[in-house]
Amino acid sequence: MFPNQFEYQRPDSVQAAAGLLAADPDAKLLAGGHSLIPAMKLRLASPSSLVDLGGIEGLVGIDAAGTIAIGAMTTYAMLRDSRELSRVLPMVTDAADNVGDPAVQARGTLGGALAHSDPAADFTAIFLALNGSVDVTGTNGTRTIGADDLFVDLFTTALQPDEIITSVSFPAPDSGTGMAYEKFRHPASGYAVVGVAAVVTTGSDGNVASARIAITGAPSKATRASESEQLLQGKKLNDESIAAAAAAAANGLDINGDHFASEEYRRHLVGVLTGRALTRAAAGM
Amino acid sequence: MAATIEAPELLVGQPIRRREDPKLMTGSGNFLDDIRLPGMSYAAILRSPVAHARITSIDTTKARNMPGVIGVFTGEDLADVNPLPCAWQAAGVENNVATPRLLALGEVRQVGDPIAVVVAESVYQANDALEGIEVDFEELQAVVDSREAVKPGAPQLHENAPNNIVMHWTCGADAETVDKALAGAEVRVSQSVANQRLIPTAMEPRGSVGLYEPATQEYTLWATSQAPHVHKLVVAAFVLGIPEQKIRVIAPDVGGGFGSKIFVYFDMPLVLWLSKALGRPVKFFEDRTENYLHTTHGRDHHTDIEIGATKDGKITALKVSTLANLGAYLSTVAPGVATTLYGRMVAGCYKIPNIHVDVKGVYTNTAMVDAYRGAGRPEATFVIERACDLVADATGVDPAEVRRRNFIQPADFPYDTGIGMLPYDSGNYVPALDLALQHAGYASLLEQQAARRANGGRKLLGIGVSSYVEVCGIAPSKWIGLSGEGWGAGLWESADVRVYLTGKVSVTSGSLPHGQGHETTFAQIVADRLGVPYDDIEIEHSDTKGTPFGFGSYGSRSLTVGGTAIYKSVDKVVEKAKLLAAHMLEAAPEDIVYENGKAWVKGSPDAVKTIQDIALQAHVAYDLPSGMEPGLEAVTYYDPPNCTFPFGTHVCVVEVDRDTGNVEIIKYVGVDDVGNVINPMIVDGQFHGGIAQGIAQALYEGAVYADNGELITATMNDYAIPKASMLPTYELDRTVTTTDVNPMGAKGAGEAGTIGSTPAVANAVVDALSHLGVKHLDMPYTPERVWRAMQNGNA
Repeated sequence: MFPNQFEYQRPDSVQAAAGLLAADPDAKLLAGGHSLIPAMKLRLASPSSLVDLGGIEGLVGIDAAGTIAIGAMTTYAMLRDSRELSRVLPMVTDAADNVGDPAVQARGTLGGALAHSDPAADFTAIFLALNGSVDVTGTNGTRTIGADDLFVDLFTTALQPDEIITSVSFPAPDSGTGMAYEKFRHPASGYAVVGVAAVVTTGSDGNVASARIAITGAPSKATRASESEQLLQGKKLNDESIAAAAAAAANGLDINGDHFASEEYRRHLVGVLTGRALTRAAAGM
Repeated sequence: MAATIEAPELLVGQPIRRREDPKLMTGSGNFLDDIRLPGMSYAAILRSPVAHARITSIDTTKARNMPGVIGVFTGEDLADVNPLPCAWQAAGVENNVATPRLLALGEVRQVGDPIAVVVAESVYQANDALEGIEVDFEELQAVVDSREAVKPGAPQLHENAPNNIVMHWTCGADAETVDKALAGAEVRVSQSVANQRLIPTAMEPRGSVGLYEPATQEYTLWATSQAPHVHKLVVAAFVLGIPEQKIRVIAPDVGGGFGSKIFVYFDMPLVLWLSKALGRPVKFFEDRTENYLHTTHGRDHHTDIEIGATKDGKITALKVSTLANLGAYLSTVAPGVATTLYGRMVAGCYKIPNIHVDVKGVYTNTAMVDAYRGAGRPEATFVIERACDLVADATGVDPAEVRRRNFIQPADFPYDTGIGMLPYDSGNYVPALDLALQHAGYASLLEQQAARRANGGRKLLGIGVSSYVEVCGIAPSKWIGLSGEGWGAGLWESADVRVYLTGKVSVTSGSLPHGQGHETTFAQIVADRLGVPYDDIEIEHSDTKGTPFGFGSYGSRSLTVGGTAIYKSVDKVVEKAKLLAAHMLEAAPEDIVYENGKAWVKGSPDAVKTIQDIALQAHVAYDLPSGMEPGLEAVTYYDPPNCTFPFGTHVCVVEVDRDTGNVEIIKYVGVDDVGNVINPMIVDGQFHGGIAQGIAQALYEGAVYADNGELITATMNDYAIPKASMLPTYELDRTVTTTDVNPMGAKGAGEAGTIGSTPAVANAVVDALSHLGVKHLDMPYTPERVWRAMQNGNA
């Protein structure tokens, strides 16, 4: 539990942080540190330098009026405790309360979770289902990356090595939207063995106008259950349509297995949890 | 009683808050890694990444030249140091003993085997330098499963142990007699069960600090230890060959052990050897993964059960055949756990006429297995309590009724089970069963279960009953020792009670805590018995310099054995105080009454000498009776006449999610009988912790090795220690059946919760699935395992 030697830097601007990343390809950003520090202590990660984002102003905060904007360094505890957020995006506060334990919630950040792209993270699926986007800053300026483009693979995102997520945005949900996150926790790690985030909007005709369902834990990166989404499109959200969507949720997914939960069992859980998430989403409309 | 004598306020039986806690809760404890000595150096261990290999070369050149490195040593450098001893071999049979060396010499046999040690100026430099050591291996085939290890052609771990068999031990009636009884039984059931391997996971891992002082040739060892006196003896006499008077062992605050800190580990002699070699104090403190890889594990039995019964559920025969995986080498007391503490307890609470137990200890390329909370009794209880439910299933008799029909009756005590255990001291099993069933609402639960099954609900209800008896307060030296059960020493305890001139009291105890609250419990006993204020009593322990010998804290023996030594020392002090009081009061000693810290002449309660008055006179010694020595102090070496046998019944109610296989405990009742209770809060705490560990075995924990010997569950990210949110509320109650084994009538409470709980949860989960055709399921009941059992029916 003793990391290799590393440098520590605490820049006061995002631009300066990006510059440090550009200058040293082995440097890593430090946000909440609850994934990175354990990896360093096991010497699974040995960055030459840690660039701590904690000294940069303006990366923390929640603005839930209109489009929801959340600073990248906002912690799970802040998400969990935000009343205004719980009114517009109840799935976010609910999921934040289900990440790790209170210590993890106090340190772990939304931006860190998305940039890390852990295959069993909760907020990757939440972000994908809510069709969020991230604003990023690098040495070449700023850009926005949409939900469907951010996650590339296991621990891999579309971020360039010198790019830093500064804020995370979610569109304000249309009326008639219900959302829910269902998580099957690993008893040791607390990570999602399988997690399913579902966001469903019905139109004035009562039929599904849009459905986004994202799966975490089972595939190597948070992935949408496209077939289920299409099955729901234009349908009434009822037991029958939910069952059909649940049954199709794992179709086309490349699913991982390990000694605790096999591929077959995870595939089964994807269906069960999709059904449960959709049922809860329907109840919350 | 006269008016001047106040009615005593007895502390025994009161839930007094632990005097240990303010220190611990304010971060003022002094744990192993808190120890800082001038000139301290730090050791890090290069461990084998492979489970079985010959070491063909080790090159430490680069490491020696790395920053801060003081020394690098390998097994070759320690070739003349003895391997660690095995202090408890199975009795009456040949033991093919192979114990670990301090550092591997020529061969490694498990992932994590220590190969080399680096000592450096800082712990970071020591760990960095491990990467500078180059080792070449010639890899050998590994075997991790005891069932595979005993097969012909399996990889062999030790030349002196053909087929990897450590020993083959039996107890009870001969196999033919029991086979005949089984053959003639009206109902016969057989089942293979596994009791999976667990990793003890004390909050504080293990470590050692060694200091050698050349001027005096004295060694001091600080160690995370449940048995510092034994560690002193073994390290001095058996490993390093140091004169015993030249070594001192100190257990600082110890953050739990659950058995894993009973044993002698390589680092204890190693840090002393290094300190002498380098002229510096040396600290080694393992990290959590080292703890998981190489500190001892628990359980890991594969057992075939055959049970015979009458049609109305009376058990007539029991045959148990077990492979006990003991890991890559023998740990300090491993063979004794799998035999005396397991085989001799399989009868449980029941009168069973024909029992045969067969145990084979097996070497595999895994961490050593030794005592872990309950140590043999959880495995035995799991066997007999699953067997009771199998009988219930086969006969249609209700599981609670099967137990009731087979219980040993109150009039039967002391009861000899006929399989070599000491006679059970006392017991009354039916009231505990009835009370547990009543608290659980058993009849109503059965109705709810029937209703749910009829309705086809998605939440399956399961009810599990477990009645247990266990052996505590080990043990009479004559029975447990070399000529009896094979333990290589005695198992008495000792205590010294000293009343100072000021009337304040010091107790030095060979028995010591690693989290249990000895200081509080022992002070309660002394306060009542001696009649001095609780706050005037100091309990001193854990340092071999200044405390009399003790064999350590395990086997729920601290109160019943160590506490009795204190109790008897207090009585000796009181006897002397009465003699001196008689002299001071100018009366005959036989006319002195001593109560609540005051002595007076029978019939003259107004002329009182307090214990403080008496202590003053004993120390100033101006006027002592003829022939009386000054001072007021007594020491007792107490060897118990028998063990104690606490018991109880636990009832667990689970809901199983038909869709996911997830198990949730919705009700947990424990009714336990530990005899008289000194501090009910501490006893409740023992049960809370014990039940948590027992539930965790049933639902969450399990060490998993890959076939190549890699430990897959090597971190807390993979090995599921229960969190508070994963455990139910416990509804606890007690019955009280005292014992005459010790004068306090106490039986011991440290392990009972662990022993009683696991089978209750197991029986509940199997019960929930029984209507689907499931008769048994191996633990842990992970969601997938339960889900598959529901898919497959009989699993």
